[in-house]
Amino acid sequence: MKLAALQDQFRQWLVTGDEAGTEAFGASARPGLQVYQNNYRVQLMGCLEVSYPLLRRFIGEDAFREAAITHIDAHPPRGWTLDHYGADFGDTLRALHPRNPDLEELAWIEWMLGEAFVAADTLPATPEALASVDWDHANLVLAPSVRVRRAVTNADDVWMALRDGEAAAESEWLAAPEGLLVWRRDHMARLRRTDAVESAALLALGNDPGFGSLCETLVALLGEEAGVQRAGQLLADWLGTGVVLGVTDA
Amino acid sequence: MSTTIPTFSGYGLGLRKEHYRDFLEGDVPVDFVEVISENFMVDGGQPRDILRRIREKHPVVLHGVSMSIGSSDGLDRAYLLRLRALADEIQPLFVSDHLSWSRVAGFSSHDLLPVPYTGEALDMVCRNIEMAQDALGRPMLFENPSSYVAFEGAEMAEWEFIGAMAKRTGCGLLLDVNNVHVTAHNHGFDAHAFLHGIPAAHVRQIHLAGHTEGPGLLIDTHDQPVCDDVWSLYATARSLLGDVATMIERDDAIPPLAELLDELAIARAIGQRDELHRVAA
Repeated sequence: MKLAALQDQFRQWLVTGDEAGTEAFGASARPGLQVYQNNYRVQLMGCLEVSYPLLRRFIGEDAFREAAITHIDAHPPRGWTLDHYGADFGDTLRALHPRNPDLEELAWIEWMLGEAFVAADTLPATPEALASVDWDHANLVLAPSVRVRRAVTNADDVWMALRDGEAAAESEWLAAPEGLLVWRRDHMARLRRTDAVESAALLALGNDPGFGSLCETLVALLGEEAGVQRAGQLLADWLGTGVVLGVTDA
Repeated sequence: MSTTIPTFSGYGLGLRKEHYRDFLEGDVPVDFVEVISENFMVDGGQPRDILRRIREKHPVVLHGVSMSIGSSDGLDRAYLLRLRALADEIQPLFVSDHLSWSRVAGFSSHDLLPVPYTGEALDMVCRNIEMAQDALGRPMLFENPSSYVAFEGAEMAEWEFIGAMAKRTGCGLLLDVNNVHVTAHNHGFDAHAFLHGIPAAHVRQIHLAGHTEGPGLLIDTHDQPVCDDVWSLYATARSLLGDVATMIERDDAIPPLAELLDELAIARAIGQRDELHRVAA
């Protein structure tokens, strides 16, 4: 058998567990093939367990295992690093539990904190670099670890309670959608909830880094005076916490 | 073709996160450490910082698990670029991976799957090794994997395949003595024939590890101490290969560092005994 055909049949065996495709390997290969099949599934299950320890604790062993098996069956790994496996586990949770957006949001938090942990290293802006900025023509530079999303539940509260080993927190719907922000400062990945305005501002920055555009977004949401004032507050906070690293000329 | 990789004598450990603090804060008596390359092929953050700090104290071997040198699809260029960047920064003692495949048609098994020992596979592996060594700007070591399937239609023994691969590409060899023991048991060949069959001049590093006994097969689990049979095989390997960099590789059920250092002391004692025999002879 040609090498490419052999490897394709081996792949199909690992992904499907269908023994029909392994006959070409000979009967003596059967016990060994079972070892590889077991290794493949155990490794992917272990990968999801490592990536989502708090989600696993929150939904319990049986529900987590069911979701993981569903995910492994539908999503064979494709990347060179196992670290990327499970990035779309939230999609599987959403499909399995459409009435529980808290699960997908909790998974997002765990995954993004992991991504932020190994995001590119950065240096914060210096006061001197900000002293002579022409803010009408300035672009804000977000830290490469910044991840933002809309949130409809208190998944961040649940995550923090689980992290701190507190009694199981109850999931709740938020009164109105807000946002979640993950980023890293120094070696510490951080999480906080953002109100709807900050969430909209951060999402807008992802599309257009201009400070002027940010002001326009906030003015549209809050009115002239309050919008400009909020833009200044947010900028000061983001610079102080390392969400924004600095400013460049537009 | 002979290998141009310099030799290195000494005893080391696989560096695992459970022991980061010991290595960062203490003076661990090892001559080198080995890390899993992929764990540090990230953009930044604490893992890279820790590796830089440990590199200041110890020579480092970069040992990969995802190159897929036996893949009929060729190699992943993005992977090679990331590994090159890491190697250029760390300046490792060796860069190694396995004689296995894991990736085909956009699928990545993340397991070390067996290569059929055929002429066609040898040509493919050698082409891939030459591409990898060109991309990395340095020769590599390749490790004999544990295997649970021997393909019908093999045209040569594993050690003959490895010997031809090394001589054609100039790569070095990472001899995993536990893998020789596991594969010999699983496929019914003589482990000593393997040790005598590989080209000794290409071997630059030795792995020692533990395994688990499964139903009819030995499984390479790296979660046990090195067993007596593997120590005995290591003594034979030392008598054939001389003073080769040797390390203990534990990936699961990680014990306190002191236990691994005790195991490493056994390897040192075997190595020193072999040196005495050489001097006496």
